[in-house]
Amino acid sequence: MTTGLSVRGLSFNYGAKKALQDVSFSVAPGQFCALLGPNGAGKSTLISLLTRLLVAPAGDIEIAGHNLRSVPRRAMAELGVVFQQPTLDLSLTVRQNLSYFAALHGLPRGEVPGRIDAALEQLGMRERIDEKARDLNGGHRRRTELARALLHDPKVLLLDEPTVGLDAAARQSITDHVHDLADQGLSVLWTTHLTDEVRDTDALLVLHQGQIINEGQAGSLRGDTPLSNWFLARTGVPA
Amino acid sequence: MNMIGYWGVTRAIVIREFLRFVHQRERFIAALVRPLVWLFIFAAGFRAALGLSIIPPYDTYITYETYIVPGLCAMVLLFNSMQSSLSLVYDREMGSMRLLLTSPYPRWWLLFCRLFGSTTISVLQVYAFLGIAALFGITMPPWGYVAVLPGLILGGLMLGALGLVLSSFISQLENFAGVMNFVIFPMFFLSSALYPLWKMAESSPLLRDICAFNPFTHVVELIRFLLYLQLNLHALVWVVLSTLVLSLIAVWGYDPARGLIKRKG
Repeated sequence: MTTGLSVRGLSFNYGAKKALQDVSFSVAPGQFCALLGPNGAGKSTLISLLTRLLVAPAGDIEIAGHNLRSVPRRAMAELGVVFQQPTLDLSLTVRQNLSYFAALHGLPRGEVPGRIDAALEQLGMRERIDEKARDLNGGHRRRTELARALLHDPKVLLLDEPTVGLDAAARQSITDHVHDLADQGLSVLWTTHLTDEVRDTDALLVLHQGQIINEGQAGSLRGDTPLSNWFLARTGVPA
Repeated sequence: MNMIGYWGVTRAIVIREFLRFVHQRERFIAALVRPLVWLFIFAAGFRAALGLSIIPPYDTYITYETYIVPGLCAMVLLFNSMQSSLSLVYDREMGSMRLLLTSPYPRWWLLFCRLFGSTTISVLQVYAFLGIAALFGITMPPWGYVAVLPGLILGGLMLGALGLVLSSFISQLENFAGVMNFVIFPMFFLSSALYPLWKMAESSPLLRDICAFNPFTHVVELIRFLLYLQLNLHALVWVVLSTLVLSLIAVWGYDPARGLIKRKG
């Protein structure tokens, strides 16, 4: 049984428009995989398919060894997601937002307070537990969403352009933290169009016009060329 | 994934809806003011123009204000259900719906819980409206307030399911006004909420038939009869069937192979 995230032969069309064509890749446990692609490359479609907001007519997705098509609930239980769109309920406190999510994932009620404390502690957000999400700045809201995505102990973590709208310090902090999570054994898929979020040791996938056009370790792929220039040469689109 | 888990999801969604509602006082006031305006302004002016005969469930002459109370209860349900479900169409709610749908629980159950959560809030608002109406002397039999509860829940679920159907299929909603013009107003005016069907038949038998077909009419009549401790079986069957059909369409509309996210492109 494969662990981590595995995608094989995934295709998806919006009517006549081909959004994804025969996309295959895998992310092993402990691996930070950056999915780099310009706007319109198909990243959002891929995220929708991985989170089962859409179902592809062709191809297979396995999350921690569970096929998303045949055992969707088991697969979803192993997936943590941070969406590009804000998903916190701003009128609720951090604790209430996390409790809500814990219930959606069927976590035993007795365990929930401890898990919330631990997840927030890990992200340095413990002291903000009773603050309303509305009162948090962008970076703290993102951290809360990340803590929430980890609450049910997923094996695979999916982040869809999680640094959009954040200042440089908050971006750096979130990027570092998620790299640490990968070091601890999580399979991480991080979509972005910002090359400075990718480290040389990261696995890199380049998605362009619905196809994976490059795959490998970021450092070996780019060689001596700065990643942004390398990316521009491959896609014709500046990162 | 046991029964406790399923119940936990329901509980969490209802609590979330309740907390959101508590934090949005203006929404509560708006939802309350609307039927009260109809009750105290529209009905006061209209009662002179409309003669009502004694029709079931009433056994005596009633004031026009008393007649329209059930219709206004249904109006609260209608507006709330539409507002709650259609908020999904807009981006501010898209994120939270995405989050909800990534839960490992079955999608039909998640949609039902959301429907139930918004219905609970609507029912609380109906009781607040009935309370204010009672303060001004427009009262129902005391047990009627209890008996009407299942009717309010069922009506809320039916209208909420309608809202979910609309939110899953309509992508071109620029604002709430479109729904007002094409769904809420026709449903409300082509029903027995403001005038009895026999009165409608006097002016147009066709309109009367349309009203009799409108599921909203049956929500109003179900509520009207229950408020007087009677069961309108015909209305009950109509509302249950409409709820089932609309729920099935909503589940289909939110199927991951099509629907909500797909149309967003």
